[in-house]
Order: sequence, then structure tokens, then C-alpha cells
Amino acid sequence: MSTATPPPVSGAVADVAIGEAAREDALPTKRRRGSAAGNAARSVTSPWASVIAIVMALAWTTPTFGLLVTSFRKQGDIQATGWWQALSTPFTLSNYSAVLSGAEGQPPLTDFIVNSFVIAIPAVMLPLFLASLAAYAFAWIDFPFRNLLFVAVFALQIVPLQIALLPLVTMFQNIGIGGTYWSLWLSHSAFALPLAVFLLHNFMKEIPASLLEAARVDGAGHVRIFFQVLLPLITPALASFGIFQFLWVWNDLLVAITMLGGNAGNGSNAPLTMVLNNISGTLGNRWYLLSAAAFISIAVPVAVFLSLQRYFVRGLLAGGTKG
Amino acid sequence: MVLGLAVFAVVFVGILLFASLFKGRVGEKVQAVAFVGPTLLFISIALIYPAILTIRRAFYDGKFFDLNFGSVRSRGKFVGLENFQLLWTTPGLPDVFRNTVFWVVLVPFLATAFGLLYATLIDRARGEAVAKALIFLPMAISMVGATLIWKFVYFYNGDPGSNQTGLLNAIITKLGMDPVDFVGNAPGNTFALIAIMIWIQAGFAMTVLSAAIKAIPDEIIEAAKLDGVSGVKMFRFVTLPSIRSSVIVVLTTIAIATLKAFDIVQASSGGKLGDSVLANEFYNRSFVTQQPGLGAAIAIVIFLLVMPIIVFNVIQFRKDA
Repeated sequence: MSTATPPPVSGAVADVAIGEAAREDALPTKRRRGSAAGNAARSVTSPWASVIAIVMALAWTTPTFGLLVTSFRKQGDIQATGWWQALSTPFTLSNYSAVLSGAEGQPPLTDFIVNSFVIAIPAVMLPLFLASLAAYAFAWIDFPFRNLLFVAVFALQIVPLQIALLPLVTMFQNIGIGGTYWSLWLSHSAFALPLAVFLLHNFMKEIPASLLEAARVDGAGHVRIFFQVLLPLITPALASFGIFQFLWVWNDLLVAITMLGGNAGNGSNAPLTMVLNNISGTLGNRWYLLSAAAFISIAVPVAVFLSLQRYFVRGLLAGGTKG
Repeated sequence: MVLGLAVFAVVFVGILLFASLFKGRVGEKVQAVAFVGPTLLFISIALIYPAILTIRRAFYDGKFFDLNFGSVRSRGKFVGLENFQLLWTTPGLPDVFRNTVFWVVLVPFLATAFGLLYATLIDRARGEAVAKALIFLPMAISMVGATLIWKFVYFYNGDPGSNQTGLLNAIITKLGMDPVDFVGNAPGNTFALIAIMIWIQAGFAMTVLSAAIKAIPDEIIEAAKLDGVSGVKMFRFVTLPSIRSSVIVVLTTIAIATLKAFDIVQASSGGKLGDSVLANEFYNRSFVTQQPGLGAAIAIVIFLLVMPIIVFNVIQFRKDA
């Protein structure tokens, strides 16, 4: 990808994206001449186009905004008036302190924020470790049945995690790690591996073979090439998949709820989503607590997303299916 | 966590040190095994083997907690296809299938349509990056969080005389109509939940399709312009065919994600209000009602439903390539 020509359209998104990802600033593509869609929008219905776009943007942000405003309102106000009437009533931070320190028989959320991090970080690192090794081998080491195995790993992406979940729970219980962080780390890693191998393999293949040959001539083995040549080059890909996996694990409910046994109250290893799900059931319509709890759980992924948006979107474009 | 990371790091470094000990042609083989082996082993034990057990499980009876998946003893009674029969005869389950069909048809098409519309409208507009982030943000929110956000929009105050604090009902009552209990009653609640999934997925569709639109070569557009094509015709005959493969990828990806998504229904009502879908029913049957055989059968059905979507996708790629 040395030229600035746009990647061909004919390929799948994966092809386009991989090509794009090889360039540093692929996503915010700037062009002088108009694109097809831009022309279409402008020449027919320019004012209408803007109106529709604004209506859509409003429809997509208003629900979140409404809950955000609610989370800063007093309990009585929330029940009496809609959040759009909030300006006439005072704001408060007490909902957040109530939820964080534990109110109305709820365990304090701070514990579960920690849990979510403890679950997410190794569940990101382990598949990254393993997948980068495997992807390297699939891309650059010649061994028997290489293509067959790679296709098999690729095909495993379509296996819904539901189909492996129950036996995994009992397997973990049998070896004595049922309900622990280990069960979550290992299952998240297993479910992430096929996609991770596939994505990283594609990125590794992009690296010119001449680089590797040069390293080999200098007497470097695969381990050294992997560390000193490949790993620095695919750091953006690792970051991209890392963020992807982090958001996935942080937002996961199904794996946590099955591995830890459904009840967040006694499972001291429960992540935030699980508690949120429980609160949503038990607190019913107590929106002053619900809204604050929801925003605490949303804050981390949204912060990660906003600060690392470029990498995340790139990962999204390169991949597709997950789970 | 530190312990876990340390163990992973030791294993990782150990593999590499072990691999680097071997040189030459034999070394090449050993290194390949050391690099690929752990992943293949991991996938086999934690993905393939459990999947096979689940398939076997679907043909057996019994409860979840008195069963041992791995061993031959106490695996319940062999019941043949009875669990699959239950899929059709258990009260409520046919509704689950119907709901799932609504989800898998409506979510991909509407999310893609909204995403495509938005991508087209804001393409090269001022503030494009911000406009995109607004639509994309729901992707970063967990489905549980998203469901809570929307529960508040749908909020229904049973007393029609008093103030509605849910946005939609406030609008409806302002227009002089009676408030609606959006998430309370089947079959309407299924569509209320589907709207949440569309809200989440449209950002994904928008991002991918926007990238595809930007990748259309200028020459094609210039040529079409010279031929006097513009506006909607340009979109219909130039843009849409050019991004066809991306549209298919987006449609199938969202369809698969939808088929497997359980969080929205779970966080809304747990599927108790006639709004359950297959993925949620898998959880309910396996753990709540303790019918792991039925749960396994549902998992297999999900797998079988995913398959044709993937096959269709692959065939489309072949055509394009």
C-alpha cells in the first residue's frame, strides 16, 4: 500500500480494511472531489438530507442523554416530571454516591468495577499472546496441514458460544475452578481465539516477505523474528484487537452469568454488567439508582471507545463476526 | 489478576524459550508446533470438545446439576429426538421461534438501512467525524446498559391521568393518545426490544458502509456524472452496486450477532413476557428451568440457523472474487 489510491471495492470489507489498516491514516480519508454518496445527497435534497441526518442523530443520542440527565436528578423529581423538565429542578450527585457505596441493600458498585477490570485485562492478554503466536506460524512458518488448520480455525468463528458454554461450565467445576476468575479468563479467551488468529494472521501477511528473509539471512530464528521484526510492526493490529476484545469482555453478560451461576449477590467475582442486570430486576423502577448505575457501567467502555476510536473502528472494519 | 497474568506470561515465555532451543529443519517443525500448538489445543479443549458434548447432550434427558458432561456415568436417559420435539410442543416455544424470526429479519435490514442512509447523508458533510461518533456510540455501551437506557424511554406510568416520565409516553399523551406499555405486552414488546438492537447495530453498519462508500473510485463517479447521472439515480446505479459486497457483509454480520444476542431480552424481562428469543431461551432452559437437553437442542438450532447465513456469505464472496 505505498500509493495513495483508494483500495479496490471489489473485495470484501475484510480485504478493503486490511489494505487500509496497513496505512497509518486510512480512515479519515480526505478527497478533493465528491464521492458518489455525497453527490447524491447534495444534488437532490440537500436541505432534506441535513434534516434527516439531524433527526437521526437526535434519535440516536436522546435516549442516552435522557438517562444521563436523570442520573443527576433527585428521586422525587424523577418520579414527578420528565427529564426534559430538569432545568427547573436542582441537580444532585447523591445517586452516584448511593450506588457506589451501596444503597438499599445493594452491594457497593466499586467492588464490581474492580471485578470487571480483573476479568477483562487477562481475558484480553491471553488470547492476544496465543493468537499472535499462532497467527505468526500460520503466516510465516511452513508446516504440514497449515492451510487446512487455518481454515478450520477460521471456520470456528461461526460456532455460537452457546453451543460450548454448558459443558465448559461443568468442565471448570470438575477441575475445581468453577465460579472463579479463571473460568471467565479461559472461556473468554477460547471464544476470542478464532477471530484473533484470523485477524492477526491477515495483518502479518501484509508485512513484506523481504523483511523476514533479511532477518533470516542475518541468522535470526522464528522466535527472534517474531519478537524483533513482527511484533513491533503489528502493534496497531494488536491494539485494535485488544480494544475490541476489551469492549466485548467488559460488556459481556452471558459468559459471566453462566460461569458464575446467575446470582450476582453471592458471586463476589461478578462483573458490572451482571450486577446491573440484577439491579434492573430487583430495583424495578427506582430510576435514581438505576440511571446512576447504568452510567457507571457505561463510562469505561465509552471512554475507551472515544479515546481509541481510530483503532477500534479499524478493528471493526477488519473483522466482522464475533461471539 | 496479577497471578493470572503472571501464569500466562510464564507459559508464553516458556513456549518461546522452548521453541528457540531447536535449530535447523527439525527446529522449524518444533517451532511451528510450539507456536500453533497452544492455540489449537486450547480451541480443541474449550471449543470443539464442549460443542461435541452439547450435540450429544441434546439427545439425553436429565437435570443440569446432577449431570456430568465429561463422563459416561450419570449422563441421563437417552431420549433420541425428544428434545427437538419439545422445541415445537412446549407451550411458548413456538412463540420464541416467531420472535426470533422477527429479530433476525428486522434488525439486519433496518440497522443496515439506517446505517446506509446516515452514511450517505453525512458523507463529506461538515463535522462528519462527530456526526459518526454520535451514531456509533451505542456500540460501546453494553446491551444491558442500552436496555436500561431504552427502558427509560419506554417507561410507562400505569395511571393515565398522571405525568408520564418516559419520553415516548410523554409524547404520545401530549398528542392526546393513551399511554402504551411498550415492554409489558406481547407481541408488541418484541418490536420495542428489536428497536434497541437496531439502535446498537446501526453504528456498525454506518461505519463499514461509510468506509466502502469512500473507497469507490473517483473515475466511476466522474464517468457517471458525464453521462448525466445524479442524485438518487447515482445512488441506485453507482453507489449501491459498488458497495454491494460490503452491504452483504454488514447484513450477515448483524444477522449472526442478532441470532446470538441474549442480553437485551434478559435485561428487559428475562423473556417472561412473551418476548423471548432463542438465545435467551437457551439460557432459560439450561439454567433456570433445568432442562439442559432442551437447552442443548436450542444451541444446535442456533448453530444450524447461523450456517446458511455464512454459506450465503461465502457464495457471495466467490462471485465477487
